[in-house]
Amino acid sequence: MSMNTQGRISRPHPDNDAPDGAPATFTGNRALMLEEPLIFERDGEGVTGVDFDELPEVTSCLGGLERRRPIGLPGLTEPEAVRHYTRLSRQNYGIDLGLFPLGSCTMKHNPRLNERMARLPGFADVHPLQPIDTVQGALALIDLVGHWLVTLTGMHAVAMSPKAGAHGELCGLLAIRAALEARGDARSVVLVPESAHGTNPATAAFCGYAVESIPATQGGRVDLGALKARLGPDVAAVMITNPNTCGLFEPDMIAIGEAVHTAGGLVYCDGANFNAIVGRVRPGDLGVDAMHINLHKTFSTPHGGGGPGSGPVVFSEALAPFAPLPFVEKQGERFVLVEEETAAQAGHGGAFGRMTAFHGQMGMFTRAAAYMLSHGADGLRQVAEDAVLSANYVLRSLEDVLEAPFAGSGPCMHEALFSDAGFAEGFSTLDVAKGLIDEGFHPMTMYFPLVVHGAMLIEPTETESKAALDQFVGALRSVAERAKTGDSALKAAPVYAPRRRLDETLAARKPVLTYREPSLPAAAE
Amino acid sequence: MRYLPLTEADRGFMLARVGASSVDELFTDVPEAARLAGPVEGLPCHASELAVERQLSMLARRNTVAGEVPFFLGCGAYRHHVPASVDHLIQRGEFLTSYTPYQPEIAQGTLQALFEFQTQVARLYGCEVANASLYDGSTACWEAISMARRITRRKKVVLSAGLHPHYVEVARTMARFNGEKLETALPELTPGAPGDDGAALLDVIDSETSCVVVQYPNILGHVFDLGELAARAQSKGALLIAVVTEPVALGALRSPGEMGADIVVGEGQGLGVGLQFGGPYVGLFATREKYVRQMPGRLAGETVDAEGKRGFVLTLSTREQHIRREKATSNICTNSGLCALAFTIHLSLLGEAGLRKLAALNHARAVQTAERLARVPGVKLLNGPFFNEFTVRLPKDARLVVRAMAERGVLGGVSLGRLYPRADGLARGLVVTASETTTPEDVEALGTALEEALA
Amino acid sequence: MPRYFTREHEWIEVDGSTGTVGITDYAQAQLGDIVFVEAPPAGTRVDQSKEAAVVESVKAASDVYAPASGEVTEANAALEAEPALANSAPETDGWFFRLTLSDPSELEKLMDEDAYKSFCASL
Repeated sequence: MSMNTQGRISRPHPDNDAPDGAPATFTGNRALMLEEPLIFERDGEGVTGVDFDELPEVTSCLGGLERRRPIGLPGLTEPEAVRHYTRLSRQNYGIDLGLFPLGSCTMKHNPRLNERMARLPGFADVHPLQPIDTVQGALALIDLVGHWLVTLTGMHAVAMSPKAGAHGELCGLLAIRAALEARGDARSVVLVPESAHGTNPATAAFCGYAVESIPATQGGRVDLGALKARLGPDVAAVMITNPNTCGLFEPDMIAIGEAVHTAGGLVYCDGANFNAIVGRVRPGDLGVDAMHINLHKTFSTPHGGGGPGSGPVVFSEALAPFAPLPFVEKQGERFVLVEEETAAQAGHGGAFGRMTAFHGQMGMFTRAAAYMLSHGADGLRQVAEDAVLSANYVLRSLEDVLEAPFAGSGPCMHEALFSDAGFAEGFSTLDVAKGLIDEGFHPMTMYFPLVVHGAMLIEPTETESKAALDQFVGALRSVAERAKTGDSALKAAPVYAPRRRLDETLAARKPVLTYREPSLPAAAE
Repeated sequence: MRYLPLTEADRGFMLARVGASSVDELFTDVPEAARLAGPVEGLPCHASELAVERQLSMLARRNTVAGEVPFFLGCGAYRHHVPASVDHLIQRGEFLTSYTPYQPEIAQGTLQALFEFQTQVARLYGCEVANASLYDGSTACWEAISMARRITRRKKVVLSAGLHPHYVEVARTMARFNGEKLETALPELTPGAPGDDGAALLDVIDSETSCVVVQYPNILGHVFDLGELAARAQSKGALLIAVVTEPVALGALRSPGEMGADIVVGEGQGLGVGLQFGGPYVGLFATREKYVRQMPGRLAGETVDAEGKRGFVLTLSTREQHIRREKATSNICTNSGLCALAFTIHLSLLGEAGLRKLAALNHARAVQTAERLARVPGVKLLNGPFFNEFTVRLPKDARLVVRAMAERGVLGGVSLGRLYPRADGLARGLVVTASETTTPEDVEALGTALEEALA
Repeated sequence: MPRYFTREHEWIEVDGSTGTVGITDYAQAQLGDIVFVEAPPAGTRVDQSKEAAVVESVKAASDVYAPASGEVTEANAALEAEPALANSAPETDGWFFRLTLSDPSELEKLMDEDAYKSFCASL
């Protein structure tokens, strides 16, 4: 069998005694740490928190399909709802609470101006199928964000509709496939370096390509020699993450692009780490043909507990004709939406199709636009510089206590990578992560990239003050020392969070994915 | 720059720690030919909050706001009143600025809300399990088709003519690269049952069929019983996928799961999310428990912590791309977390009692609107049964009529020409949607505008 | 009955033309808590050294390769209900599937128990 043992430890440590033997409370609450039942466990039957106008008398036209059985949806009045969700919110960590060093995820401050702009009724309360003349401002805004993305990346065109990063990858690969098909060139392989994002191989496979891995060098970069040796008439594309997931810039990027193009292939760049180079490097100058940009990373749209994201894709001149529908085009002083009807007339007969209903994540475009205009070209350059400086500061402030496998090869970009070398027997990266939780921080990215054992990937971002960085460094030094000396109390961390370590094995072996009233038997199949 | 806390003194101190004399030394891995000497050309410099607000407000003012005019658009995006507390709660920083809940000890808020969301979606759809959301209805529809292939190991996909044409286009795009064979047809403006191709679907389901995809209510607003189709599909070893673009409809109508659908997917935007010119929205996905390991997307599941307290975690995550890499069930790794939160808060505020009232009010307003339009000379109401959306046939191209009504300040519906640009036979169709936000004055304004546009 | 092992940590026990397949104790220890096993249903054709089953632990999914070619006659139903069996009894009750061997000579390519033990010791 192929053994993937990179998975982290999944069961709580048996040592689960309360940290301080503190007395239990009647409610289970601990002062500001408040327990909250499920809405289904309250007596919410017949309750509603919404009042309506009087129902007019009409003859029903539901064709005998009226719902007869109860649905089972409890209701909450407004005060109850506000309290329920406020209490739940307080069990979450967020950027608003503290530094969020999650490598490759770019958890930077989310400016509140963005939120205000997204809620302007002229953007928020507009239907996607309104007549084009009634949405000229909305189309202008999409065009504005597209213009910034194309200019910042030095590319030729942009597809705004992809819904998130992985959707953007798919968009880029489908455009590559459409372009190759259009020239009658059936290529079957996509090369993915070991230092690339985990979504890359999944996306390539989804598009029908065989995926082959290219090894990394000792220095954590793409092995140019190995890549060149593998290039050939069967290679459709190379998917590169640059800066890569080791937090390093690929210095051979231009040479890689030239080699791939000479062999007839195309270069896809995963733009997840664009924050490191925005305003300082244009991927278009590196030979990239397609790159997605996570607006929720570089351009500060909120992560929202797991989305919504937004993943526009910029294209080189070679791929631009194959960009998906619909897109915005300026004709004279008027913006139009090029859709299925008009694509061929507008000279976009090569478009590979539609990726989603409607035009993309408008609510994210308004936020990104506010962010771009606020920073300007000069501010964005400063963003990359401060992000990279902060990561290097963290790297050099920790390399004496944590092994930094690539620190010797020079500066890192926007994230610092460490391994678990030197931890006491039985202590792992997971323990360090959980120890950081007790210190009031979200953990760093763990066990990724796979090329480093017990990897810890730290991305502080540019929106942290030096004081915040220093406090984080101090906390991580302390936790790392505990892991190195084998402090058994660390194995029980976190002890101050709303929950101790959770039993993920139980959750996966006997999945309970919806609430069922205790009195009712499980739904029969 | 108001968002960047480092001072020049800080930067100097930090550079010294790093051992660099300037920040340029940190970018030496960048090939020289690609290093920019200064800010990217062709873009403005930084701006104050006030200046940005002015510039974007100016763009916003160039759009006709749905809530400021008589408004009757639907077709996959629905305008409902969202209670004020929903938007307040989703802007709490611990929700807004949190990450995907991979660290469950400090993400119980998101995880419990998702568990409640999954339960609500499953119950609303009449299914056993639901996931923590996908991008939107159209991608959820494709994911359902893809899942049916994994289950049946068949490639023939039968799409009802009543399925939203954008959803069909998304499936067509993906199938082109993924090898599914799609069978599609254009809807017909059949009086009494527009877009209903149930009988034709029954005939084409065979032992090669992976799944049949129907929309309920369909793109023309027609509603119909799914029972016979479900039974036929299952008798041939195929799955019935039902797509629901308007969640509020299920406050009045029987759920697809109850009628036998194997997978129910849809757009959740109508509850909590708002129009937003097309996104972000929230894809809903529910199915039978026995298919759970084939289901795409994130799942919140119940478990216990080291003290035995109940808690929630993301579970069955080996199905996700970052673990199985090229063998993933899907390449999607984002859900629509904040939109799912808005959906679940809105639905919790409504409760069953409120949802039923909301649905009844939507239906009543639509019936009143249909009655008013049926009195316009030359206009024919095509629907028999419908929920809050119906189709009328006009005496001329509906695209022209929609534009003429817009000039009179009425957003009067979606012309089928917009959705089916190449289908001349549909050009006179207009889909009209009403909701609890529709007033009797709006209905009269629509009737008058239509009369004038046709005069 | 003779038992053979692969370098990929599968075992096969042979009784006439029938083989019973599972993963080794070494493999289960490496994987950690196993939460789900997807064994091939009866009637599936499997080829030696090709993917035949999937085993999932909490954070990883791994392919299980067929130690020999043949047609699957039975998947272990007990594993479906109780995947923990693959941890607690990997080389007995936690077997994955049975098959009818199509080419018993393939077994010559596999290791015997002693060879496998020294192979594991070398890892």
